[in-house]
Amino acid sequence: MSLPEDYLKYPHRSHGMDHQLYGWSNLFNRRPVTWPDDKSVALWITVALEYFPLTPNDGPFRAPGHMVTPYPDYRTYTTRDYGNRVGVFRIMKVLDALGLKASTPMSAKIAERYPALLKAVLDRDWEIIGHGVDMNNIHYGGMDAEKEAQQIDDALVMLEKHTGTKPAGWFSPARSESENTLKLLAEHGLSYVCDWVNDDMPYEMSTESGAITAMPHTMELDDRQLMVTLGQNEDTYQEQILAAFDLLRSEGKNYGGRVLHLSLTPYVIGQPFRIHALRAVLEKIMATNDVWSATGGEILEVWRQRK
Amino acid sequence: MKYDPGLYDYWPYQNRPKIVWPGAKKVAFWVAPNIEFYELNPPANPQRKSWPRPYPDITPYSYRDHGNRVGHWRLMEMMDEFGVRGSISLSVAMCQHHPEIIEACAARKWEFFSHGIYNTRYIYGMDRAQEQSILTDSIKTVEKATGQRIRGYLAPALTHTEHTIDLLAENDFWYSCDLFQDDQPQPLKTKSGKKLVSMPYSLEVNDHYAFNVYGQSARQYADLLKRQFDTLLEEGDTSGTVMCIPLHAYLIGRAHRMGPFREVLDYITGHKDDVWVTTAAEIAEFYLNTCYDEALNSIEAAQKEAS
Repeated sequence: MSLPEDYLKYPHRSHGMDHQLYGWSNLFNRRPVTWPDDKSVALWITVALEYFPLTPNDGPFRAPGHMVTPYPDYRTYTTRDYGNRVGVFRIMKVLDALGLKASTPMSAKIAERYPALLKAVLDRDWEIIGHGVDMNNIHYGGMDAEKEAQQIDDALVMLEKHTGTKPAGWFSPARSESENTLKLLAEHGLSYVCDWVNDDMPYEMSTESGAITAMPHTMELDDRQLMVTLGQNEDTYQEQILAAFDLLRSEGKNYGGRVLHLSLTPYVIGQPFRIHALRAVLEKIMATNDVWSATGGEILEVWRQRK
Repeated sequence: MKYDPGLYDYWPYQNRPKIVWPGAKKVAFWVAPNIEFYELNPPANPQRKSWPRPYPDITPYSYRDHGNRVGHWRLMEMMDEFGVRGSISLSVAMCQHHPEIIEACAARKWEFFSHGIYNTRYIYGMDRAQEQSILTDSIKTVEKATGQRIRGYLAPALTHTEHTIDLLAENDFWYSCDLFQDDQPQPLKTKSGKKLVSMPYSLEVNDHYAFNVYGQSARQYADLLKRQFDTLLEEGDTSGTVMCIPLHAYLIGRAHRMGPFREVLDYITGHKDDVWVTTAAEIAEFYLNTCYDEALNSIEAAQKEAS
């Protein structure tokens, strides 16, 4: 038994990455950023407003959070719906009380189907990030490029129709890309993408159709990741966010401003038994008076001015 | 059908010859940062898939890339603070991709050992000559980059063949981290009769298992490591033990995990009278020179007694 000769050949074994999407870069050797009022940490809160159709897609995989039982999966559909009907308003109450901004990756179908929710988002000046038409519209390797371009276009057109604004940022459903996604996003005039989890700060990516910036839209402190996937409780959730904040704050003093990203899922953190954790942790962070609450677009605007 | 790997004899954890580490220390403590490169588009191995989703599966890829851009630098600085030199489980292609990291570690006199070429090139299915070429490549690549002759091995992604252990001995390696049967080093059986030590590494206290298999928080992991140390210290009074902390910068180097981990390094290195803070190669060398022959006699006696 042996493997084909090519298995021991390494065509990309040279300096930097094994692809052309971005360059290799050490976070601690970069030009420092100064946030407004010299705050150490930019707090970037994202609230995912996702629509999961009752009939799931037939693609190579389903988005995390999508239907699991045989049709009709009422338990999952209604649990997700709970987030958009109830949970998100609990989150808004917490953020409003502290005067915090948010950005929302939003399925375009949410804007179309739930005008009252959309109004609540727009009244708060939350930034809307393109997130596909709905959670069936995933991008995946090997998919037809024209179909993918259409999917992106449909989502952006539908969002702009209902919100009056074209999003500057994009978060691919299921955090999944095809080999053409970044190029297509750049072609559609998007300036940032939230899919990549390899950095704690924004960084430039390049495509055949121009540059796009990767925002540090992380999974690390994602409520769903910690409390659903890993089964942790809300005390542990809080403790880890505070630990991250402490470290980023100290780095912020030595290396330039840092970004603390908190990804919130209304059907997770918006549960009555969990919402207290969000309030408590945000109150502690804001009490330091060393935080700039900002949307993704605002963070990028300042980041681009770094010297 | 094969019952037993045939790499060592049963040797119960009682009445073994007493190991006393240099300086009359009870625990040999080493830290093993896995410094890895994962390819976005590796060739397919017939027995193991690299990524769950179709190419490009950007989420798990970028999740790991975070270690080289961000986490490594945090971890290295913290280990400097406590005077701990790493023994690096190295994807040796890192010498080409990110020599900046290799140079920084070499300057600190950290030890390098081979963890394959890439962590997306598995050994399953290789013939003896192909597996030999991985070892030759590893030895030459690290020697060229650092001047160090590697003496240890941990198979890439823990993928082995029946030849692996024999090949290590034939290539003058001193130790293998691939087997998890013990908390003390011990001789391995090799066809060539050349000496090879099984070095305690541990999956159970590996950050990957703690965080992503068992779903523990940073605090729980820190507490677990302290308890692991307490037991091994107590037992080390009877006969010297080895404690390894196997790490991945893309896990431990996250902002929310560094603080609790700092307490672990502080706690363990604080036991100055009892702990030998060292590297795997130093443990192996000491063991080969001081303990190996006595261990062989003890194992032989245990076998005789059993039969």
